[in-house]
Amino acid sequence: MMHSIPGRRLILGLFLVFLLLPIYWLVNMSFKTNYEIVSTMTLWPHEPTIANYARIFTDQSWYSGYINSLKYVVLNTVISISVALPAAYAFSRYRFLGDKHLFFWLLSNRMAPAAVYALPFFNLYSAIGLFDTPWAVALAHCIFNVPLAVWILEGFVSGVPREIDETAFLDGYSFPRFFMKILVPLIASGIGVAAFFCFMFSWVELLLARTLTSVDAKPISAVMTRTVSAAGMDWGLLAAAGVLTIIPGALVIWFVRNYIARGFALGRV
Amino acid sequence: MDRTVNQKAWFLVLPVFLVVAFSAVLPLMTVVNYSMQDTFGNNQFFWNGVGWFKELLDPSTDLGGRFFASLWRNLFFSAVILAIEVPLGIVVALSMPRRGWSVAACLVIMALPLLIPWNVVGTIWQIFGRPDIGLLGYVLHKIGLNYNYVSNDLDAWATVIVMDVWHWTSLVALLCYAGLKSIPDAYYQAAQIDGASRWAVFKAIQLPKMNRVLLIAVLLRFMDSFMIYTEPFVVTGGGPGNSTTFVSIELVKIALGQFDLGKAAALSLVYNLIIIIVCWVFYTVMTNAGAERQPSKGVA
Repeated sequence: MMHSIPGRRLILGLFLVFLLLPIYWLVNMSFKTNYEIVSTMTLWPHEPTIANYARIFTDQSWYSGYINSLKYVVLNTVISISVALPAAYAFSRYRFLGDKHLFFWLLSNRMAPAAVYALPFFNLYSAIGLFDTPWAVALAHCIFNVPLAVWILEGFVSGVPREIDETAFLDGYSFPRFFMKILVPLIASGIGVAAFFCFMFSWVELLLARTLTSVDAKPISAVMTRTVSAAGMDWGLLAAAGVLTIIPGALVIWFVRNYIARGFALGRV
Repeated sequence: MDRTVNQKAWFLVLPVFLVVAFSAVLPLMTVVNYSMQDTFGNNQFFWNGVGWFKELLDPSTDLGGRFFASLWRNLFFSAVILAIEVPLGIVVALSMPRRGWSVAACLVIMALPLLIPWNVVGTIWQIFGRPDIGLLGYVLHKIGLNYNYVSNDLDAWATVIVMDVWHWTSLVALLCYAGLKSIPDAYYQAAQIDGASRWAVFKAIQLPKMNRVLLIAVLLRFMDSFMIYTEPFVVTGGGPGNSTTFVSIELVKIALGQFDLGKAAALSLVYNLIIIIVCWVFYTVMTNAGAERQPSKGVA
């Protein structure tokens, strides 16, 4: 097989172990008592406990963090996809004044450092009364997710032959009807991938989410950083909270596993 | 498939334009405004012209010194992680199994680090590297290394770099894998008939096919490492001393820590400008590469 290189099993095996080992350690710790964590070095929990998880699921200040995070992540995904879809179609099919510059401008916003925007966003969303709501974070994350969604969807729309549009219009489809009835079903997998990426980048981002919330909409990542420093070092609880943040990603990834690479290539493989 | 000229397409792009303009242009205007002024609190502002910029670009001042130190540090960091992640990603992609359930399993495991919130990535490595409770730190101490990322510059750097390799190499590998998968089997069969060596196959077939995705990988990795904030902040807090204070960390320190709005704004603008220039270079190269291979593919 030409595809392979010598020793590939060993290389791949070592790489996967390297990826999994730190995650294993976190999971391992999350099932230990703090006493066991600090006093001995054990490769698996000798006195397994689910107390850490129980605490998160019963303490409102903990589990509301997850709900808050999910709220703005879902909001952001919906906004990003719905504005990006028509734009992706336009970029894929038409040439118009300033299209290349606009595309570049979008790309440059995907790359803009969150640190630059933290303070101005804080001012902006305070001024319009959205501070500490899921809307503030959802809109703020649009700055990198909308361009990303446009990029990915443009790649997928370009994969749909132009003849399909033309036939539909000849058959008397109006533009909105063609869009919803024909185009959207055709690029359903692309929409799935784009949604997945919006979900992912909104889920992993911390700096903006933390800056734009204080009490009511505090995301789980901020709950983690604050509670830990206030309560001394509750390692078991911290590890359990960390493990729970990995689960949503691990779940959605299964559904898009065949498209992950294409999505990361911004639909351009 | 040539794209037709249609100015009405602007109506389709308008929602995106408005959303991104609202969250990018509006805040940026605030930044430009701050960058020209000085404040002593109480919402009192004084005109300062280009004073902050002069100070920022002069390495002999305090602000300029900090800016350039964090800039070089950050560029060095980006160079190191690119030098590790790109070759490693290619090797891993070439090692991927070709078919069967193991492909899906590998893909899912590899994507896992990419989906972990960045502060949790920091937390994982913070714990993993501690000599008292972390496996890595414990093992390193057992074999006699005096590893401590909190007090030793070199150890802190090593930790941050290994963490980034752990976090992002999969991205490069996944992209390369996607590029490799798009090579038709016939190419390999032809190479086999010609009796081409493995190296020749890699150079003549696989590398050219990966060009495009590699470019995207390098662009994404450069940009994301150039604006890295959360992960090193959680692990080292920018220390020991300032040894892992990258540009974003320095910026947040000035903006939200000291509330020096003028200085922070000037730094933001220069930072953004560097990013836009690098972006533009990549974009031009990408557009040209795309135009050569697929003349019909249009924008990018």
